[in-house]
Amino acid sequence: MHIYLPIAEMSVNIFAILGIGAGIGVLSGIFGVGGGFLMTPVLIFVGIPSPVAVATGANQIVASSVSGVMAHWRRGNVDVKMGLMLLVGGFFGSTGGVFVFKWLQTLGQIDLVIRLSYVIFLGIIGALMMVESLRALLRARRPGAGGRGKLHEHNWLHGLPFKMRFRRSKLYISALLPIGVGAFVGVLSAIMGVGGGFVMVPAMIYLLGMPTNVVIGTSLFQILFVTANATFLQATLNQTVDVVLAMLLLVGGVIGAQVGTKLGAKLRGEQLRGLLAAMVLAVCGKLLFDLVLTPDDVYSLGLTLGNGQ
Amino acid sequence: MTGTPRIGRALPVVAVLLAILLTAGSRAAVAAERLVADLDDHLVAITTGFTGTELLLFGSIQGEGEVVVVVHGPKEELVVRRKDRVAGIWVNREERAFRGVPAFYHVATSADPGTLDLPRTALDRHRIGVDHLNLRLQPGEPAEDRDAFAEAIVRNKIRVGHYGAGTGRVQWRGGRLFRTTVLIPANVPVGTYTIETLLVADGEVVSAQTTPLFVNKEGFGAQVFRTAHNYSMLYGIGAILIAGLAGLAASWAFRKY
Repeated sequence: MHIYLPIAEMSVNIFAILGIGAGIGVLSGIFGVGGGFLMTPVLIFVGIPSPVAVATGANQIVASSVSGVMAHWRRGNVDVKMGLMLLVGGFFGSTGGVFVFKWLQTLGQIDLVIRLSYVIFLGIIGALMMVESLRALLRARRPGAGGRGKLHEHNWLHGLPFKMRFRRSKLYISALLPIGVGAFVGVLSAIMGVGGGFVMVPAMIYLLGMPTNVVIGTSLFQILFVTANATFLQATLNQTVDVVLAMLLLVGGVIGAQVGTKLGAKLRGEQLRGLLAAMVLAVCGKLLFDLVLTPDDVYSLGLTLGNGQ
Repeated sequence: MTGTPRIGRALPVVAVLLAILLTAGSRAAVAAERLVADLDDHLVAITTGFTGTELLLFGSIQGEGEVVVVVHGPKEELVVRRKDRVAGIWVNREERAFRGVPAFYHVATSADPGTLDLPRTALDRHRIGVDHLNLRLQPGEPAEDRDAFAEAIVRNKIRVGHYGAGTGRVQWRGGRLFRTTVLIPANVPVGTYTIETLLVADGEVVSAQTTPLFVNKEGFGAQVFRTAHNYSMLYGIGAILIAGLAGLAASWAFRKY
C-alpha cells in the first residue's frame, strides 16, 4: 500500500515507513536513545530528499520527547534552571542553524553538509561506543580490574565568568558553559535533524559535571523545545517539514519503543551496546562510501529558489 | 487555486463524439479537420494514494500521413550542478542555471523516428525530440560547457521518469484510428501540460491539435502542501502541536505498561 508524501513529493510504501519508525523505536526503547541520529540517515537511504528528512526528523523528535519530559518532570529529574540556560543557547544555535541550512541550500551544498556531519558524528560516537563496550566486555571477564577516577576535574572551564548556582545539579559554574553546549546541540538539531542527546548527555556529565540522575530529564527538556524551534523555522523558511511522514514515523516509533523497552529489560547491556555501535558505524560507513564512490551521474538537478521547494 | 477547470472523465462523451465523427452522415461536416485527437482524461489528480497512471491519447486522421504526439509539462527554471572530487569526496562545484525547461516531456510517433523527414526548423518549432527542446541558459550564465549541462538535464529527467526514454509508439487501429499511451509516474510534476498532436505528410506538418492536460494535487495531500507553502508559520505551529499531542496520546495509551 502506497501513500503520497505531500512535502517530500514522492510515493512511498506505507509499511516501509512504519517499519523504519518501529525499528528505530525498538532501538530507542532498548538503549534509551532518541534515535534521531539513525532516523535521518535511514530516511535518506530510502530516497527521501535530505532537507525533508532532516526537518521531518526534528518534528518527529518533538513527539517522542514529550512523554519522556513529562515522566522525568514528575519524578523531579529536570533541573529547570540548567535546562533554561541550555535552551537559551539552543534557541540561538537552532535558529542560526536553520538560516545556515537555507544558505547552504541555495549554494547546492546542503546534501553534502548533512552527509558529512553524519559521517563525522556517527564515526566518533560509534567508535567511542565500540571501545566502551569492548572494554566493558573485557572487564567482565577479568573481575576486579578498573575503578573510577574523580567525577570531574577543575580546569580552565571553571574560571569562566557569569557564575551561576544550579541547586538541582549541585553546581556553581559559569552560565556560558550550558549556553555553549546548548548552542552547539541546537546547530546539530537544525542541520542534522537530531535531538542531540548523544552529544549533550556526555557533555553534561563530563564537561558540566552534572549528576547523572538529572541529566536525561534536563536534556530531554532542552531537546523538546529546541526541536520545536527547529521544526517551526524549517517549516517557515524552507517548507521542508512533512507532517504525513512525521506521523507515520511516530506511529511506528511509539509501538517500537514499547517493544524495545521490554526487550531492553531482558537483554544484556554490553553485547547490545556493541551491537548498536556496530550499527552506527555501518550507517556511517555507508554514508562515507556514497560520498567517496564515483556517482552514476556527476551532474544533478536542483530547482532554483522561489520555484516550489 | 480554487476554480481549476475540471474537464473530468470525458471518455464516454468522447467515444460518442468519435463515433459520430466516423459515421458517414457527418463526414462532410468535419471534412476540413484532417486530424482529431483527445485524451481519455484531461485531469491527473495526485491524491494520497497516487502511484502513477497511464494516459491514453487517441484520435483519427483523414488522408495519408504519420502522427507525432508531443507532451510538454510546465516550463521551469532549474540549476544543473556538476560534482568534482575534492579531497576524495564528490562535491558540487560548477553550476549552470537554465530556463524554459519542460518539467515533463514525452514524444511518440507512428513512424520510425528516423524516417520522419521533417526539416530541422519544424523539429525545433514543435520541439520534437530531446535535441530540439530549446533549453536556454539564464542570462548572465557562462556559456562554457553549455551542451554538457543541457545533456545532463535530459539524462537526469529520463532517470526520474519525467522525460520518456526514447520515442514512444503511436499505434494504428484499423486504418485511420490511432492511439498511444503516456506513462505518468508517481513523482509527476504538477501544472498545466500541453499535448500537441501533429499530422506529418510530405515532409511538413499539415495539421496540428493542442490538447490541455491538468496535473493537480488534490485532497488531503494538496491541502497539506498548500498550507505548508502559503501559511508556513501556521503550518510550523501545527506540526509542533500535532507532534506534541501525538506524543502525549502515545504516552497515555501505553501508561499501564
